[in-house]
Amino acid sequence: MKFTIQVNEGPYQHQSADSAYHFAKAALEKGHEIFRIFFYHDGVNNGTRLTTPPQDDRNIVARWTELGQAHDIDMVLCVAAAQRRGLVDDGEAERNGKDATNIAPGFRISGLGQLVEGGIQSDRLIVFGD
Amino acid sequence: MSDTKKFLFFNRKAPYGTIYAWESLEVVLISAAFEQDVSLAFMDDGVYQLVKGQDTSGIGMKNFSPTYAALGDYEITKIYVEKESLEERGLTLDDLQHLVWEDEDEDYAEKDSIRLVSRAELGDVMAEQDVLFNF
Amino acid sequence: MSILHLVNKSPYENSNLNTASSIMKADDVLLLIEDGVYGAVKSGKASAMIAGQKVSVLGPDLAARGISEDKLADGVGVIDYAGFVELVESNDKVQSWL
Repeated sequence: MKFTIQVNEGPYQHQSADSAYHFAKAALEKGHEIFRIFFYHDGVNNGTRLTTPPQDDRNIVARWTELGQAHDIDMVLCVAAAQRRGLVDDGEAERNGKDATNIAPGFRISGLGQLVEGGIQSDRLIVFGD
Repeated sequence: MSDTKKFLFFNRKAPYGTIYAWESLEVVLISAAFEQDVSLAFMDDGVYQLVKGQDTSGIGMKNFSPTYAALGDYEITKIYVEKESLEERGLTLDDLQHLVWEDEDEDYAEKDSIRLVSRAELGDVMAEQDVLFNF
Repeated sequence: MSILHLVNKSPYENSNLNTASSIMKADDVLLLIEDGVYGAVKSGKASAMIAGQKVSVLGPDLAARGISEDKLADGVGVIDYAGFVELVESNDKVQSWL
């Protein structure tokens, strides 16, 4: 089956990012395809590059990068939510006159249409949030 | 390509205390461009989103409630409001914005978009959908 | 056509479990994850809400919270993330009660 996963909350603050990650891993292990992981609301903070979590705890952002790259998963940060919360890639930096970027590898910033398309193209939409 | 899918967008949180009400509305508006069969459901504290007379000048936040009135123009004509949630909160339909859409097949006659449903009826509506969105 | 309902909050924190359990149909399944697992503890008053429903809890979330399986209400199944995926496969759609 094709799954689209929506993550509504940021790393560490809520368990949603963890639950979504473990679900995604289990789905891949069972041979399913993850069409897209769409990060919305504070969930866009899962794609921030500059975190330094404690050594003895999981590194949520790095974990997403690793999963995304190992399985070629389209991991999208919603542009409207990203702009509000200061997540910036090269395109956004140029468009909005920002002097830095802070997006982690494996993520891209794109529109809400990507979530809607995920709903259309996938067999299941699973939402993790507060 | 794939057939039209039935999308139901759930609204269960009050406006302004958190961003979910507004950011979920942004998804609804974008979804109109994809020509799917879109419905909205307001239940639990979500019914507060539709209360009329919102004045946000004192809290310095954008008043996004006029957006609900525009939903008809985006061809979103099925807005389910759950009876039990209204009653629990001491609200009636009169407290809510009067949301309408114009039926171009009937000479642009104005029709009500809000459908008052019981919890059980909302459960039936859910069962008919293809995709359920929550925020 | 059946729905997989997800509840991730304690019933003592908010009314999501109440809403989910009162709207779900006979063929639907309820999966308690994260803080939602507290709703399945037999000795808690909220467990009455799930009586007669098809309910599972995510084992890893139970263990994290120090809840042993013998503390669960009767009939509640314990599954892992693979089981979670199976529930998503076998039900037509997922409703997250956030």
